[in-house]
Amino acid sequence: MDIVDLARLQFALTTVLHFVFVPISIGLSLLIAIMETLYVVKKNELYKKMARFWGNFLLINFAVGIVTGILQEFQFGMNWSDFSRFVGDVFGAPLAIEALLAFFLESTFIGLWVFGWERLSKRVHLACMWLVSIGTMLSALWILAANSFMQRPVGYVINNGRAEMTDIMALLTNGQLLWEFPHTLFAAFATGAFLVTGISAWKLVRKQEVAFFTSSFKIGITVALISSLAIAQFGHGQAQYLVETQPMKMAASEGLWETSDDPAAWTVIASINPEDQTNSYELKIPYILSFLSYSKFSGAVPGMKDLQAEYEQTYGPGNYIPPVRTTFWSFRIMIASGSMMIVLGLYGAYLAIRRKLGNPNKLFMRLMFAAIALPFIGNTAGWVMTEVGRQPWTVFGLLRTEDSVSLNVSSGQLLFSVISFTTVYLLLLCLTAYLFARVARKGTIEEHQERDKDDPFDQGDDSIALK
Amino acid sequence: MPLNELWFVLIAVLFTGFFFLEGFDFGVGMATLLLPRSDGEKRILINSIGPFWDANEVWLITAAGAMFAAFPHWYATLFSGYYVLLTFLLLALIFRGVAFEFRGKVDKQSWRKMWDAAIVIGSAVPPLLFGLLFASMIKGVPIGPDMEMTAGFTDIVNGYSIAGGVTLVGLCLLHGFTFITLRVEGEMRVQARRWAERLLPIVAGLLALFTGWTFVVTDLFEHRGNMLLPLVILGSIVCVLAAIFLRKGREGWAFGMTGSLIVLTFVSMFVGLAPRLMVSSIQSAYALTIQNAASSEYTLKVMTVVAAALLPFVLAYQAWSYFIFHKRITNKDHLEY
Repeated sequence: MDIVDLARLQFALTTVLHFVFVPISIGLSLLIAIMETLYVVKKNELYKKMARFWGNFLLINFAVGIVTGILQEFQFGMNWSDFSRFVGDVFGAPLAIEALLAFFLESTFIGLWVFGWERLSKRVHLACMWLVSIGTMLSALWILAANSFMQRPVGYVINNGRAEMTDIMALLTNGQLLWEFPHTLFAAFATGAFLVTGISAWKLVRKQEVAFFTSSFKIGITVALISSLAIAQFGHGQAQYLVETQPMKMAASEGLWETSDDPAAWTVIASINPEDQTNSYELKIPYILSFLSYSKFSGAVPGMKDLQAEYEQTYGPGNYIPPVRTTFWSFRIMIASGSMMIVLGLYGAYLAIRRKLGNPNKLFMRLMFAAIALPFIGNTAGWVMTEVGRQPWTVFGLLRTEDSVSLNVSSGQLLFSVISFTTVYLLLLCLTAYLFARVARKGTIEEHQERDKDDPFDQGDDSIALK
Repeated sequence: MPLNELWFVLIAVLFTGFFFLEGFDFGVGMATLLLPRSDGEKRILINSIGPFWDANEVWLITAAGAMFAAFPHWYATLFSGYYVLLTFLLLALIFRGVAFEFRGKVDKQSWRKMWDAAIVIGSAVPPLLFGLLFASMIKGVPIGPDMEMTAGFTDIVNGYSIAGGVTLVGLCLLHGFTFITLRVEGEMRVQARRWAERLLPIVAGLLALFTGWTFVVTDLFEHRGNMLLPLVILGSIVCVLAAIFLRKGREGWAFGMTGSLIVLTFVSMFVGLAPRLMVSSIQSAYALTIQNAASSEYTLKVMTVVAAALLPFVLAYQAWSYFIFHKRITNKDHLEY
């Protein structure tokens, strides 16, 4: 493999694995903020216990999210120095603002939250978790503003051989960002919500701490359902935006070689042959692609061959078709997991309303537990579609991936870092899953007894607490 | 003040602040190997930096982000040029960060031992590597006319840079010990002070050696001798004061002095460097400077407005968090795992 392949492999692996932890932090901090708000408002100790129990997961996850995040920031300079030189003027600012505005907020107030149970008043303590939650969302906003620039560059001029920022508000009002941010944010909420709901379901099947986990399930399923519906809504908007701004990505995610008929049919599955640019088998539903693309049952969608000809005229000779199979299937995996999340959310909410959680439908509850995986699958597939579908560009229309890489880094050095980071990340993933399982199995009863035996960072409030 | 100069100063402040703050929690991390005689004491030590280390590390993340935004070429040249070193740095920081959170989660001796080791290694390796990085950077690394840095092993690891690394490790450890005297009670407080007293002359010697070596192998004194000389004298005075305060048991002042040593070290480095960002060992004309590596005027303006609006709040709530947790940790309550 050459350095471009290795640098891409490292970016893909580290980003996908980092994005296992990020949505958990965003989602769980919101849920915990809601739980603690209920505690302060309703003065019911159950909600305090809830915030503390689910806080264990947040803290384990938070640590991993932060350490894998440092690598994300360093990686642009280490592996993609020509990209950094080219877009640093535009791209660096959102990253710096993210650190200044979001990371300080999260890291300071999570410390105050963990160690402050007895030192801060209830309201101030609650405010700490809300600030953590807001911090995680602001972080997503700025990193997605940077990413949106890569999908659709705005507010810049090319000067001295690089992109220079001319309008920061254009970055923040980028149409791409206005769809991508809520879509990603609700996906993160859903990730936290399905985690809470899934673990609660598993406990309810085993009839452990029924009151506690019934309440947790209700909060979880509410957020899960609202988020899943919002994901679909904003995803639909984003797809339509895609047809306008990155038609090639849309055509690739539909496996659409030739420009479609009008109205356009939606391809459910297809066997794609990128070599001869055809599909040998297709299952299609009429009208649906037109609806997906334009919210009406008419209108043709441009195909890859026509777009390729068009791009060659604009950008010069080259291959502008992204890896079609990957884009096509990741899109379908994302939509399938999102749809399942909606169905499960609806049925779970129905059960909660009908008060059937105490004597649960075991099959459904087990499905709910397995559904913890759904948001992760959807998140990953969504990112793969977005980033792979943009190829061969790192910054659409401006900078190609092959021109973005660090030229002074050897493939040996890259291979070394790919292997070491991948190993460490997989290890972290396993350890996090292992610790999650432990905390879940222990539940809240033992937690109370074993508080002094627990991690000092978590339980800093009673014994060791900084008194 | 032109904005590129302002941002050079701000980035210098962020790095200096990072080493002042994370310096003591690196030191405490290393001290967990030396000081505690029991698991409970170790737990106290780790707790002493519990609410802070994470936010301290964000100073580094912000410094790197500010480099990216204000001086993209500096960021690109440095990060790709120090590729292997930064890979090791990241691995160390990764293990250190999760070690704090993970170590108490499983009640097994082997599990805790593993993460305890990660805390010590993860706290010693970063200052060592940062010392190598900054020392070799001011000495000069091969940077060509295209701003690409192509360093071999000895460009980064040599006698001088190793001296820089060891000095920084010593500084952090010393700073960690004085922090511990402020944060704990009892025997550990006494022991930490004793360690600091014994370590101080060694660190002073290392600083003297490194300063002398810097005089010989870099052009920093040639370049800014009139400003560096007073800083060196000030550093010597601070060393003496640190010794006096330690002996008198004025722990807060002693902590201030060990922190000042770190601050003076980095201020001297950035003063000697300016207006350059990285020195080229190939030809001085190839150096990265605050002119040729900077972002556009507009970006710097936006960043300045954002920083001016946010920094007061950031500093205020960080100071508040230190105020909230200013009391000493004691072992009055049960501590056994």
